[in-house]
Amino acid sequence: MAKSLWMEDAVTLHELFVAGEVRATDIVEHHLERLNARDPVIRAFLHVAAEQARAQAAVQDRWSPAERAERPLSGVPVAIKDNIVTETMPTTAASRILQNFYAPYNATVVDKLYEAGAIVIGKTNLDEFAMGSSTEHSAFYPTRNPWALDRVPGGSSGGSAAAVAAGMVPLALGSDTGGSIRQPSAYCGIIGMKPTYGRVSRYGLIAFASSLDQIGPMARRVRDLRALYDVIAGPDPRDATSLPDTTDATPLSRPWRIGVPREYFGEGLDPEIRHVLDRHLSQLRAEGHEIRDISLPHTRFAIAAYYLIAPAEASSNLSRYDGIRYGFRRESRDLVTLYEATRDEGFGPEVKRRILLGTHALSSGYYDAYYLTAQKVRTLIRRDFDDAFHTVDFVVTPTTPEVAFRLGERSDDPLTMYLGDIYTVTANLAGLPAISLPVGWAHGLPVGVQWLAKPLADHQLLEAAEALEGLLPPVRFPEEVEG
Amino acid sequence: MSAAFDVIIGLEVHVELKTASKLFCGCSTAFGSAPNSQTCPVCLGMPGVLPVLNREAVRLAVRSALALNCTVRPYSKFDRKQYFYPDLPKAYQISQYDLPLAEYGWVNIRPSGQDVKRVGIRRIHLEEDAGKLNHLGQRLGDAVGSLVDLNRAGVPLIEIVSEPDMRSAEEARLYLTELRAVLSYLDVSDLRMEEGSLRCDANVSLRPRGYTGSLEELPRVEIKNVNSIRNVQRGIEYEIARQAELLSRGERIVRETRGFDDVSGRTYSQRSKEEAHDYRYFPEPDLPPLVLQSEWIEKERAALPPLPDAIRQDLIARGIPDKDVEVLVLDREAYQYWKEASPAFSDDRLLVNWMLSDVSRLLNAQGRTFGDCPVRPRQLVELLTLIQEGTLSGRMAKEVLDAMFETGQDAKTVVKQKGLSQITDESALMQVVQRVLEAHAHVVEDYLSGKDKALAYLVGQVMKETRGQAKPDLVNRLLKEAIRGGQTVSG
Ligand SMILES: [Zn+2]
Repeated sequence: MAKSLWMEDAVTLHELFVAGEVRATDIVEHHLERLNARDPVIRAFLHVAAEQARAQAAVQDRWSPAERAERPLSGVPVAIKDNIVTETMPTTAASRILQNFYAPYNATVVDKLYEAGAIVIGKTNLDEFAMGSSTEHSAFYPTRNPWALDRVPGGSSGGSAAAVAAGMVPLALGSDTGGSIRQPSAYCGIIGMKPTYGRVSRYGLIAFASSLDQIGPMARRVRDLRALYDVIAGPDPRDATSLPDTTDATPLSRPWRIGVPREYFGEGLDPEIRHVLDRHLSQLRAEGHEIRDISLPHTRFAIAAYYLIAPAEASSNLSRYDGIRYGFRRESRDLVTLYEATRDEGFGPEVKRRILLGTHALSSGYYDAYYLTAQKVRTLIRRDFDDAFHTVDFVVTPTTPEVAFRLGERSDDPLTMYLGDIYTVTANLAGLPAISLPVGWAHGLPVGVQWLAKPLADHQLLEAAEALEGLLPPVRFPEEVEG
Repeated sequence: MSAAFDVIIGLEVHVELKTASKLFCGCSTAFGSAPNSQTCPVCLGMPGVLPVLNREAVRLAVRSALALNCTVRPYSKFDRKQYFYPDLPKAYQISQYDLPLAEYGWVNIRPSGQDVKRVGIRRIHLEEDAGKLNHLGQRLGDAVGSLVDLNRAGVPLIEIVSEPDMRSAEEARLYLTELRAVLSYLDVSDLRMEEGSLRCDANVSLRPRGYTGSLEELPRVEIKNVNSIRNVQRGIEYEIARQAELLSRGERIVRETRGFDDVSGRTYSQRSKEEAHDYRYFPEPDLPPLVLQSEWIEKERAALPPLPDAIRQDLIARGIPDKDVEVLVLDREAYQYWKEASPAFSDDRLLVNWMLSDVSRLLNAQGRTFGDCPVRPRQLVELLTLIQEGTLSGRMAKEVLDAMFETGQDAKTVVKQKGLSQITDESALMQVVQRVLEAHAHVVEDYLSGKDKALAYLVGQVMKETRGQAKPDLVNRLLKEAIRGGQTVSG
């Protein structure tokens, strides 16, 4: 094993493997070695499937060059967020209520990964049931930010973001309900994308908020992100909300018209992040693109709407964890006590908080005032974007108002944590594709820029991101950084 | 009875649709399989699963709605009805709340001695069934445990909600009977109350004369889980009497859910509405709205089979008595039997008469229905034709029918085997007649002296000699001719 293969990007690894220059086994061993070196501190993984990965690699090493080339991710290690179900590995959603749970089926995206030749390294940590922005709300242990071990990696896909940033895998799947891919990507200095709602099958994604959830790719390079996106996207007969394949062949013409919504650059935005964003925008201007000041007036209602809709759906989606059929169960003398004890001991405080919020929002007498009003706000937010995309091709915003915060800093302050989602929730409420790119540094920590496009313009967004990559800082690894 | 109140009854009927697979997954809907053998991650409510709507279930539901004169909504949606119970894997039932599949239909009923009455249907919606709990122990109260069987979880149902238009237990029975008849012609459900593929909850309230408030505000009692139409009627009758008694004593009627005990014939309190659930309905985010094209709806309407009201008219026009018409219409299998036999036979009244008397008697004795009658319509027609032709007497035909039921053989085969053919050959019969006259000369004299009864005796003797195979009116004629002829000869 000469050069450290863990530093390579996914597409390069695949090409080396197809060309017969490296064995899948070597790729896997390099990554496992890296993982074993870094993860005891970072704790990105909840489950490492070393033996399965080795076995997969051994099989692939016997493939002909044609067989290797046929599968776009052959030889490429991938990590999967642990709220995406897998038959051969436990799926816990980082919750005690699903500790040691093995699903009897694979999520559609997992089947697609295997079909594409991806080598699944393991399952990554998250905030319990994807509810949180720091991965501290995992029932098992928090994940640390590879760039600053005393800081959070963001969340809820914090395990996936940290694993990719630290070089344990070149690719990972996350899920994004209100920013859960983009925010940790920004905090960890990688690229993360939330596709258009319906582009990636949700079958096998443990539901948090069904109308907002979307699985998406995370990577260090846009090319890799795109390769993973192409594998997982597409209609699925098992997901009635998945969209038919629409080939939007409209080529992206230059210069791009870029909308900068003033509501995203106001109070609460860290001035250093603002500075990084300003530099990004002037680079774009220098490239000949057109920067336009736009307004998305209903943005200020987004957090309120989001924190009604998401908990409402979550309260319903999480009702099935009742101790009757699978998962954790606290034996009790009668049914009601069994439900209460099971759910009391099985769920963590953040999950309970949201179940209570959501149950209340859907209660008879409150439904109209809360849930229905929130849905109306959602329509208005969607309309804001529709209007904006009449005049611009992309909307550019900061991904987060602040850089990664310290572990424990927000534990007792859920409201501040919720407000951190302010720039990301609108894409979920409006169903738009959005991507976070590592655009620079502030306070010695990564800063993300968010690019949004109109619904179904996922490919234009990826194309733009690929073109932008030259403007971004080069890929680095948090080698010397220690907390 | 000039009571001080009106009876107000509304029914909620659940009908399991006869699809091969469940409403939101591919599992079989077959009844009676080993517990939990017809389940998958979707209907078990495993983490991460999503529902996919069964097209056929939508079609059957629309078919039902159209046959019940409902307006099918071009746009409806699904909602989650949420409550915790071990037979409900997701802890919510996917149902339809504020935008149901269909609305505003009706069914005609025929209370005896009254005009046809229209009972309104408020709405029909599509939803999934729950599983079943099997309690270990004698009664629920002292059950030592419960086993969950989720084979039925996710089976498609339609819920048909009537308007509160019925005024007596009898009207409720007629409504249910007619509803079941309409659905039976559509072939959308097995409609077996004992297997739960047809279930009925009855809402009963009494409205004091002079009450001017809304029906909604009347204290209403819901009788749940009644397992036969007869018991729905009994439960309502009991409930009317119970509530009337309470009112007469000046007591308050509590709004509640009551069960029906078919042994005692009484209803008993299950839970009061005060402790009722808040189902926290909200739109199902995993399913897009159900959009039905009007062309498709019209195609389904055009494909509806003849329904009871049209069938009634047809049968009455053929001269079949009203009473028989009702029996035929309400038993789809009998009607289809009749329909298959009728074109091949000229006398509809005779056909219906035989079907509803002798054939029905034999079917009942064997616990069969017209659908699995061992004598096929073609065979019955052959038998009746032998009567019409005079080959068989009615009495002989009954004997033949018995044998056909036993063996499944055709009428002619039975007749041949038993040597049962009626003697219609006059010369053969004349020989018997002559023999009888010779043997009973004194009876002939009695007859000639004016004793009419004597002829009947002679007929009986001929019938006896022919083992009943002679046609009585023929024997009668031949006897008279022979006696008259004898007189001529001797005179
Ligand atoms: Zn199933």
